[in-house]
Amino acid sequence: MSEQLDHPILDPRYAPPFPKAVLPVLRNPQLRKNVAHAIDVIQTKRARLVAEKTDWQDLRSSASAIRMHVLENLGAYLEEFEKNCTARGGIVHWAKDAEEARKIVLDILREEKAEEVIKIKTMTSAEIQLNPYLEEQGIKAYETDLAEIILQLGKQEPSHIVVPALHVNRAQVREIFSESMHLKDLSDEPRELTNAARQYLRGKFLSIPTAISGANFLVAETGSVAVVESEGNGRMCLTLPKTMITIAGIEKVLPTFKDLEVTLQLLGRSATGERMNPYNSIWTGVTPGDGPERFHVILLDNGRSSILAKETERQTLKCIRCAACMNSCPVYRQTGGHAYGSVYPGPIGAILTPQLMQMQHAQSLPYASSLCGACYEVCPVKINIPEVLLELRSQVVNQDRKKLAKLFDPMHVGLLVAGRIFSSAWMFHTAQWFGKIGLKLFTRSDGWIHSLPSVGGKWTQIRDLRALPDEPFHVWWANRKKEAR
Amino acid sequence: MRASLFITCYNDTLYPETGRAVVSLLERLGVELDFHPKQTCCGQMHSNTGFRGEAFCQAKRFIKMYQDAESVVIPSSSCVAMIREQYPTLIHELGNKELLKQYEAVLPRIYELSEFLVDKLGVEDVGAYFPHRVTYHASCHSLRGLHLGEKPLRLLRKVKGIDLVELPNIDRCCGFGGTFSVKNAEVSSAMLTAKLQDLLSTKAEFATAVDNSCLMHQGGALHRQYAGMKTIHLAEILASTEGHQAEAAR
Repeated sequence: MSEQLDHPILDPRYAPPFPKAVLPVLRNPQLRKNVAHAIDVIQTKRARLVAEKTDWQDLRSSASAIRMHVLENLGAYLEEFEKNCTARGGIVHWAKDAEEARKIVLDILREEKAEEVIKIKTMTSAEIQLNPYLEEQGIKAYETDLAEIILQLGKQEPSHIVVPALHVNRAQVREIFSESMHLKDLSDEPRELTNAARQYLRGKFLSIPTAISGANFLVAETGSVAVVESEGNGRMCLTLPKTMITIAGIEKVLPTFKDLEVTLQLLGRSATGERMNPYNSIWTGVTPGDGPERFHVILLDNGRSSILAKETERQTLKCIRCAACMNSCPVYRQTGGHAYGSVYPGPIGAILTPQLMQMQHAQSLPYASSLCGACYEVCPVKINIPEVLLELRSQVVNQDRKKLAKLFDPMHVGLLVAGRIFSSAWMFHTAQWFGKIGLKLFTRSDGWIHSLPSVGGKWTQIRDLRALPDEPFHVWWANRKKEAR
Repeated sequence: MRASLFITCYNDTLYPETGRAVVSLLERLGVELDFHPKQTCCGQMHSNTGFRGEAFCQAKRFIKMYQDAESVVIPSSSCVAMIREQYPTLIHELGNKELLKQYEAVLPRIYELSEFLVDKLGVEDVGAYFPHRVTYHASCHSLRGLHLGEKPLRLLRKVKGIDLVELPNIDRCCGFGGTFSVKNAEVSSAMLTAKLQDLLSTKAEFATAVDNSCLMHQGGALHRQYAGMKTIHLAEILASTEGHQAEAAR
């Protein structure tokens, strides 16, 4: 158990199913307190800043329309981006999967004779598991985002897409920094901690001429790439190095520069509860004497185009990675991100991960939601996450229907039987009668059931269940009609 | 006024007292009720778990059964949300144009109980008397599915004798989620524990809602813990009068 907690597996091919992966987390008071505290801080700020926008719902609708339009015309916009980026001196690569993307990065780094590389926080790099790959090839990647530094030095896994170390509190940060930077007298004052990180980073910024980034947006019209961040470390990576490699999901493109007006207003407020991100870097190709001399963009598919083809699921790709869904999710609030077994946790992860895996892994994730709808309500691009969850659940059940082993799963069989029962009133009423008699065996003198076997035991682990009443409503109604006559 | 009662499989089987309260409340307000004896389930459990074929059969049954109803009253917001939000998907996937037409015809006549009272009958004071401290749990489907907003609270505020206290974190799910409560029993338990802390902080005698599903979840844990708080459906509070108190309060 504790091993699982120290080293959560964020690879959907090997991660344990969600209900199992949550167990060590749920028993960890420190982690749960850290997660709930961090989320409350962000949510309070977000709520205040969203409330001051009188056109918030219009902004959401616009962003949703823009993103959907892009997805419906993705090929054309990507080609436009490629053309304009290339015209300004950028080099565009296309990667169909993680392996191809990693290889492209490696080839560029080999050509640059780079043994070290600095990184702006990027989800696509985590998705393709770039760092461990580069490590194997003898190239050391240094994270420069404060939270990513904490994770890298502490040998921890990210649990959130915007604030990846939100499960770590500052006392733990102090421990990590103190040990890895050999700073014995370091206190847990935020000023001291950030100062330690600054000292650590300065050396990297000044000595490593190659950088890797992700992209918040690509602009087709101009061939630009946009990255937003809070610390300015990304800006350092964008200005000092000679070579920049950007890994961007193919869905990240926007038609025009003007579309940033809509998306950036939504992103800052939704993600970190800020009117605007403190650092907004937008660059186009290369500019002699200013910033990187060589600029590569890797357009990463890795399962995305298979999602694009599906009507209900397509909206998943509207996502602008703000994490408002996980911050508002009552499940994530209890579990944090590691249990989702993917670099994409929370509600968006629950729909994105199984789809990126072509529904061959992570089948427990579409069920990791109570369908409360909070994610849809806050989503700045109106992804109807519950709708996609239901679609994916139906695909999982369709797979299950073909599996013989599922006939030994009481839940699966129970639902098949219930389907028959609800198809006719007499079967329903007979089942009620048998249910009532059957449950009598487990009913105590107070008229309640305190313990049930099998699936029922999952309910009675912390809840009682009132015994079935003698007279269902329809019987009462029929008797009343008789009496009235 | 006439209305047809869809009691839901859940209430029929587990909470007939809620159904009896709806009957007594609506008849008191002059509504002539009928009840189709062959009704079973709206299909929510199956649809939410991914069993669309089964859910579709139940949806079709429902639509055909209530074709001629003047109004359909349903004391469960999650079942109403199922009918409004998920039937179109099921019909699109498994049905045909004729069924869609029948569905669209019956849709505007479907009401969750508090919608029926406030929007259709135009009443807020239903003449109820319930001298207890009560907190209101806004179920997810009532809040984000049906956008009931203040409707249930407006009804509760007009109840004589009631001491209505606000529930902290009112918009947060209690962790029921249908089969979620057993498929992800441990997370559900953690969510429920958090909800119980909020409920108990109100020092209310009763927690009420427009869904017995959430209430069964919360009430089951309150019972297990001898917490001294009971759950009661909104209909039962609204049906209570000076001469006739709800069964849960007797």
